[in-house]
Amino acid sequence: MSAIAQTVKSLILKEFFAAFWLSIKYMFKPKATINYPYEKGPLSPRFRGEHALRRYPNGEERCIACKLCEAICPAQAITIEAEPREDGSRRTTRYDIDMTKCIYCGFCQEACPVDAIVEGPNFEFATETRAELLYSKEKLLANGERWEREIAQNIAADAPYR
Amino acid sequence: MADVDIKNYCLNFGPQHPAAHGVLRMVMELDGEIVERVDPHIGLLHRGTEKLIEQKQYLQAMPYFDRLDYVAPMNQEHAFVLAVEKLLDAEVPIRGQYIRVLFSEIGRVLNHILNITTHAMDVGALTPILWLFEEREKLMEFYERICGARLHAAFFRPGGVHQDMPAGMAEDILKWADEYEQVQQDVETLLIDNRIFKQRNVNIGVADAETALAWGWTGPMLRSTGLAWDLRKSQPYEVYDKMDFKVVVGNAGDCYDRFMMRLAEIRESIKIIRQCIEQMPEGPVMSLDNKIAPPRRADMKTSMESLIHHFKLYTEGFRVPEGEAYAAVEAPKGEFGVYLVSDGSNRPYRCKIRAPGFVHLQSMDLLCRGHMLADAPAVLGAMDIVFGEVDR
Repeated sequence: MSAIAQTVKSLILKEFFAAFWLSIKYMFKPKATINYPYEKGPLSPRFRGEHALRRYPNGEERCIACKLCEAICPAQAITIEAEPREDGSRRTTRYDIDMTKCIYCGFCQEACPVDAIVEGPNFEFATETRAELLYSKEKLLANGERWEREIAQNIAADAPYR
Repeated sequence: MADVDIKNYCLNFGPQHPAAHGVLRMVMELDGEIVERVDPHIGLLHRGTEKLIEQKQYLQAMPYFDRLDYVAPMNQEHAFVLAVEKLLDAEVPIRGQYIRVLFSEIGRVLNHILNITTHAMDVGALTPILWLFEEREKLMEFYERICGARLHAAFFRPGGVHQDMPAGMAEDILKWADEYEQVQQDVETLLIDNRIFKQRNVNIGVADAETALAWGWTGPMLRSTGLAWDLRKSQPYEVYDKMDFKVVVGNAGDCYDRFMMRLAEIRESIKIIRQCIEQMPEGPVMSLDNKIAPPRRADMKTSMESLIHHFKLYTEGFRVPEGEAYAAVEAPKGEFGVYLVSDGSNRPYRCKIRAPGFVHLQSMDLLCRGHMLADAPAVLGAMDIVFGEVDR
């Protein structure tokens, strides 16, 4: 009996028509794709994107040149030079990140004791030349200014888990 | 009539063949369309991971494991942290163990979705990849929510996991699990009875249990021959002994069996995911021993001792007692093992990685011999190869 049923199913191309019907049904489902540059997917507060150096609300740089990020970076992408300032505080004179080496593991922001270096929510920083990806301190601080609102929100949202 | 000397035709399959799953080059000797010999040439993605790890502290070595089998990154990290913990004799808090198991199983689903859909695509079915990648995307979003990266997680740490699950995530995972079932059923409707799919897969690349053992197969490849060998059952690590799930086995040992098993394994994984979320207790996710795990951020900012621990861990790292350890996990592709030798310093003296894909690829010749050229992509697809781990 089952052999006959099998033959009939096979002869009437049952599995083809079932699949065909199913894909027609899927055709009328709402689209899952998004119109990318205008619509973006969700990002969590933990997202590890482009780096930024932050400042305190009074405008002072957070980074104290403790070099923990430089030490932990598995790709050795961070280079820091530091000397004391005239007022005696220790600050960096050079803070470079080679974004072509960076693997976005997030260890630098984990290591930073003053929340100075963070990986922000920006993931659209493609450049036309390689040299533009060698970030200097100025570029990183500018990033910090540009993304400070989002970064501060994300840090606050994630604070209970850190 | 003069004798005609017919030579076998030699064909390069890859390294840029779309069905070669990455950068595999196979030199094939063909007699007409019949494969006489297959010789996989590997190493095009060799990055020297094992040697690089010798130069890194234990924490810094973590991200390298994401980049081995990059379709299920956390499963690889799991093997490494288990090996380090074995050497350190460290305790992992129970909630940390549950989160690890939960995300290892999500990794398994990620891997199997990628494998079954690309396998189907290799033999001519384009629709499943479009449907199931939508689900895969949702899983990637869970990855992103818990660790901040969709792929290269760097989430497991020696002593636990980096951060706890954000509020509401457990419910979202359960919701996904409920909705996923229907999509998988639809894909099954498309494929499993389809006569073309069956013609391309049934009785292709057959191996029996003895051959499989002789070639060192593990994971779904070995189980397709009927041997119920699963490290999660045979030597349970973390909380797998508390989980109720079946080991899926095949009987024919062909490509179709491997495909069907992966579909069934996704269902088992979802069972484990549900149990993890149900049973997960409250508590810390990371070891409280500040000699191996950094203190919490609030403590670090207020307590001097914690700050010192923090600085020590992020500059020098932790020292691991002299010795050697092998830890293996049931990665989606098979037994993924890490063999660590420590000389008592803060860097591993040697880190040997046992990648299942590397072992499976060796049997390509055995599985393809005598089949048609067009069967090679089916065999390769069902083998589940990722070059990150084969070439390391």
